[in-house]
Amino acid sequence: MEEKIKLNPDSFEALPKAEELDNEKIAAPSLTFVQDAWRRLKMNKGAFISLWIIVLMLIVAFGSSFFIDHDSLVKSAPNYANLPAKIPGVPINGFNGKLKVAGEWVDEYKQNNISSDKYFVLGTDYLGRSLAERIIYGTKVSLIVALVATFFDLTIGVAYGIISGWKGGRVDNVMQRIIEIISSVPSLVIVVLMLLVLKPGMTSIIAAIAISSWTTMARMIRAETLQLKSQEYVLAARSLGESAPKIAWKHLVPNLSSIIIIQTMYTIPTAIFFEAFLSFIGIGISAPETSLGVLLNDGQKNFQFLPYQMWYPAIVLCVLMIAFNLLGDGLRDAFDPKTRR
Amino acid sequence: MRKYLLKRVFYMVLTLFLVATITFFLMKLMPGTPYSNQEKMTPQQIQIMNEQYGLNKPIWLQYLIYLGGMLHGDLGTSFQYSNQPVSYLISSRIGASAQLGLQAMIFGVVIGIIIGSFAAINRNTWIDTLCTILSIIGKSVPNFVLAVLLQFYIALKLGWFPIADWGGFSYTVLPTIALGVGPLAETARFIRTGMVDVLNSDYIELARAKGLTKFGIVYHHALRNSLIPLVTLIGPYTVALMTGSMVIENIFSIPGIGEQFVKSITTNDYPTIMGVTMLFSAGLVVVILLTDIVYGIIDPRIRLSGNGD
Repeated sequence: MEEKIKLNPDSFEALPKAEELDNEKIAAPSLTFVQDAWRRLKMNKGAFISLWIIVLMLIVAFGSSFFIDHDSLVKSAPNYANLPAKIPGVPINGFNGKLKVAGEWVDEYKQNNISSDKYFVLGTDYLGRSLAERIIYGTKVSLIVALVATFFDLTIGVAYGIISGWKGGRVDNVMQRIIEIISSVPSLVIVVLMLLVLKPGMTSIIAAIAISSWTTMARMIRAETLQLKSQEYVLAARSLGESAPKIAWKHLVPNLSSIIIIQTMYTIPTAIFFEAFLSFIGIGISAPETSLGVLLNDGQKNFQFLPYQMWYPAIVLCVLMIAFNLLGDGLRDAFDPKTRR
Repeated sequence: MRKYLLKRVFYMVLTLFLVATITFFLMKLMPGTPYSNQEKMTPQQIQIMNEQYGLNKPIWLQYLIYLGGMLHGDLGTSFQYSNQPVSYLISSRIGASAQLGLQAMIFGVVIGIIIGSFAAINRNTWIDTLCTILSIIGKSVPNFVLAVLLQFYIALKLGWFPIADWGGFSYTVLPTIALGVGPLAETARFIRTGMVDVLNSDYIELARAKGLTKFGIVYHHALRNSLIPLVTLIGPYTVALMTGSMVIENIFSIPGIGEQFVKSITTNDYPTIMGVTMLFSAGLVVVILLTDIVYGIIDPRIRLSGNGD
């Protein structure tokens, strides 16, 4: 039996036309290139944590400039020499001023008659200088080296790559041969030669890194520019009479930005490693100046008896390297989802 | 092929010539004299020394003599090591460095391949995550930090291996590990990415359908195809090993080239610095050429002549 349903026009309600159209539409809110990459980066936990660690380290390292001045950093205080870490209120051996001597924990602060309100969060080095301050300063040095290397990567590397790719032909050929020659000299050799000519120190390390670091960037930029320059929008800009530098700046650089960012993230750990490496073998930054490499070198001499002097800078250096490597991987995945696996 | 090879060899020689030239003139710009480390010498003594080493001749003549000597393997005489010729100094020390470098390369690549393929097979499981974490750590921890830790905890505390020095095989174990961890991490990452790609391809599906064992598939099909691109990494590895040898040989006091290099830098021993610089550059240039050729042979899809023009 069919039941009769009473329907009259009043039981219907007219929908506004616009809404009806909207129901059919399937679209996410449009995101810019950067927003999209940022969204993907946030999903990568490791990279995102690394990003915050790096931001924190940058703030601490550069913010410390107001509190840690260079003079107090190099001044020795022999009566505080070789004290282990002491954080008030932390009763864990190793962080309460006690040091393991011949298998037993000894309170070094008491033994050296240091007033009970004096403490060093990460202990002191062999000249009685606060290790925490030196590590922060050393991190700053590492970060400065890294930033400068990045700067040269961004300026020389990108410009060289774009010019080489854009000009093509004979210019490209010559420029590529130059890169080939530079990059077939081990960068170590370039660094050593620069260190010999200039005085060992920050400037020579930076100069050396500046000479040797940009070639990879230039190569990658060139390869990509070669592809981009045959794109329609570049052709359009050209036929509209846009000048080459303007095309490079307005059209090429934005499209190269993901490669630039990713490559930069790989330059940074390399630069940090190189600085630490050179200072460690004693041909980079040397005492009384400080850097993570110098601290490691100092700590290594006493490692058997005062292991904390090497462990703390080593941990900071490793965390810095891991953070940059993870962030680099995360950014690569974020900017170039095709390579993601 | 022949034309390509000739071209490459020409650029190789050109590169080495430029390196030699730049090194030579940079050395001349260097502050300090080779005598500054020795005890005080009278001007007469210095003059005699200058004559003996040819340092009183005009620079262009010194340069020509240097280049001419290099052509038949004469790299000059060391300023520091009791007048030993640099070529002897290098040849007597190259054995240790080469052995260490080769061992580290083999260790890194073999273990890296095992870890990398293990991660790829167990993709997206905790094994994969563990391998990824290990390779990130291996890539990030500087080898000299690792060397010091190994030396202290394994050699001194546990006493499993000698602490330093150079003798039998047991002396090489710790330096090899310290030096090889970088290549190991890089290889593991590389193999993992490559193999994940290969494992998703159709011919692996076919092999599986054919009823091959898991090991058979990985060993016969997946691994071989993901190994090919690994050849391109040999160049960068060589650089890493050269760099690493400087610091690892120092830490473990191994009488090798790297240790010598650091020593000659700190003592302004120009001829030795130039000699080792040339050796490193020549080594790298040759390795790059060889890898390009080998790559072309094992993967015929790569056309040697088309070098990116």
